[in-house]
Amino acid sequence: MSDHTTAAPAPRRTFLQSLEVDLRLLGMVGAFLAVCLVFNTLTDGRFLTPRNIFNLTIQTVSVAIMATGMVFVIVTRHIDLSVGALLATCTAVMGMTQTQWLPEMFGFELGHPMIAWITIAVGLFVGAVIGGAQGWLIGYQGIPAFIVTLGGLLAWRNVGWWLTDGATIGPLDKTYTLFGGITGTLGAGPSWIVGIIATIITLLAMWSARRAKTGHGFPVKPMWAEGLIMAIVTIAILGFVAILNAYTVPERVVARDPSVFGCEVAEGCVAAYGIPYSVLVLIVVAIVMTVIALKTRLGRYIFATGGNPDAAELSGINTRLLTVKIFAMVGVLSALAGIVASARLGYHTNDIGTLDELRVIAAAVIGGTALSGGIGTIYGAIIGALIMQSLQSGMAMVGVDAPYQNIVVGAVLVLAVWIDIQYRKRVGAK
Amino acid sequence: MTTPLVEMKNVSIAFGGVRAVDDVSIELHAGEVVGLLGHNGAGKSTLIKMLSGAYKMDSGEIYIEGNKATINSPRDSRDYNIETIYQTLALADNLDAASNLFLGRELTTRFGFVNDDKMEAETRKIMARLNPNFKKLKEPVSALSGGQRQSVAIARAVYFNAKILIMDEPTAALGVHETEMVADLIKELKAQGLGIFLISHDTREMMDLCDRVSVMKNGKMVGTERVENVTEDDILSMIILGKNPNDTAT
Repeated sequence: MSDHTTAAPAPRRTFLQSLEVDLRLLGMVGAFLAVCLVFNTLTDGRFLTPRNIFNLTIQTVSVAIMATGMVFVIVTRHIDLSVGALLATCTAVMGMTQTQWLPEMFGFELGHPMIAWITIAVGLFVGAVIGGAQGWLIGYQGIPAFIVTLGGLLAWRNVGWWLTDGATIGPLDKTYTLFGGITGTLGAGPSWIVGIIATIITLLAMWSARRAKTGHGFPVKPMWAEGLIMAIVTIAILGFVAILNAYTVPERVVARDPSVFGCEVAEGCVAAYGIPYSVLVLIVVAIVMTVIALKTRLGRYIFATGGNPDAAELSGINTRLLTVKIFAMVGVLSALAGIVASARLGYHTNDIGTLDELRVIAAAVIGGTALSGGIGTIYGAIIGALIMQSLQSGMAMVGVDAPYQNIVVGAVLVLAVWIDIQYRKRVGAK
Repeated sequence: MTTPLVEMKNVSIAFGGVRAVDDVSIELHAGEVVGLLGHNGAGKSTLIKMLSGAYKMDSGEIYIEGNKATINSPRDSRDYNIETIYQTLALADNLDAASNLFLGRELTTRFGFVNDDKMEAETRKIMARLNPNFKKLKEPVSALSGGQRQSVAIARAVYFNAKILIMDEPTAALGVHETEMVADLIKELKAQGLGIFLISHDTREMMDLCDRVSVMKNGKMVGTERVENVTEDDILSMIILGKNPNDTAT
């Protein structure tokens, strides 16, 4: 009988059901747009300018990179309080590597093009080792993640302080600081090329997913719905590039050195920043982490362990090693976030990344990651980071005092989780 | 006599000072259902968990098809084609049926990514056989009824061609109709030549399904009897008194 039921006419579906979009994604994007529109009204249109959107994007990158890793940590019912401190240790190591250790011990000339890349490799390695060591204490020694990373929160920032004698390290290498945001961008032309390639790859991926489903005889959404979503995705990607490209380099910056922007003279030279390298890094991280979450065994085991640790263990999953891998991943992402953060400042300072752990956890949680484990998405965490950053810079633009800003952000965090719980109760999901 | 499929010899395990399983021997042949009975805490589940790799025995030996087996983890146990359906239903509630069915043994594409479509197609196939009413393939298993969840757990054992199946109270959470379904399935699997260890509190069900029953009390084996040689009352007195009344009678 089961073979014949598929031939029966499908029940009538609503518009949203046909689209098969995640309602929670829709809700988060809606909340983000609402925040933007409110601030845009309050600031008389200054919030949604290309310039502010550009700044908002580069301010979000560091926290968003770490938040993607925090999703995996929270999904497996752990927590990582040490990411901000870990970031500081990594930037201290990277600061020392590029300004002192490489030039003095290995005789690299300052400004040597290899300095940045060696530094980055060292930083990512240190992040992986520290994260992995914390993961080992949690997974193999059974110390609660809260305790291990609370210890890390106290220890790592001060390991950074010890490495640098508490001094601010800089100025950092010129190639390295390209990852800081406005200091390193693609420019208009290459940005369009990246946008178009990204669009083509996304559309091809959606199309091949549909082909695979029809190949197995599974129901797929109607053609018009597929087409509509493809159109929305195309507009979103290219629209984002268009907005970033609309932010042109101010005249006084062009006047400093017109040759950088491809002009002979400063007069009449119009150049756009385009996509910052740091944003490209975030996009690559987001894609890689999403693929890990949805398409690899590692991701499947992370979610299975979060849903039922005993079941995962009995299914032959090595949950201890899994914990080490997850925390090592967060370590690498903290180092990566550290590259972006210190490159943006141009220096390593002792207080870099202070309180980032709380912003990162808040971003993941606002993005729908459940502390009870098993549930969370990468895109949610990134939207969560964007919502947090928009609230903060929006309030700063409106002129809300810092203490009030924190009150609002705190209230929004609790409210977001409450809405999520109510939503899950409604739809009956766990 | 043929080589038993499973032979556990003089197996013991202690937790703290408690000897949860004390010098127990048991064997299972192909195409046979052996029932394990006893009070809560008699050591039935503990005994079986040493075979499924969840616990590591302190002493004793396990032979699979006559060869000495080393089982230190659930993965080892699977390598011997032993599948276990746990009392607590070892399912990840947040994942769908296909992900649970293939958990730990995902099908992958040639690029090494998990092949969800293929796994869903396989799940549809096996579910059509085990539980034709099963339709909720896209939803997390937390949204399923007890019987549907049980069919996912059983599908797991059946799909991977287990030779030895351990069922720890497979019908405890089920309704009448679903219990019947599981009973039919046990008979079918037995006919296919699997060896099945069945744990249950329902003596009548055990008399119906099993070829032999073993009764445990306080970690020790009271005795093993062929079901046709004993009555339900005999079994009950073995569970309660810890001895077979027929032994004293003769």
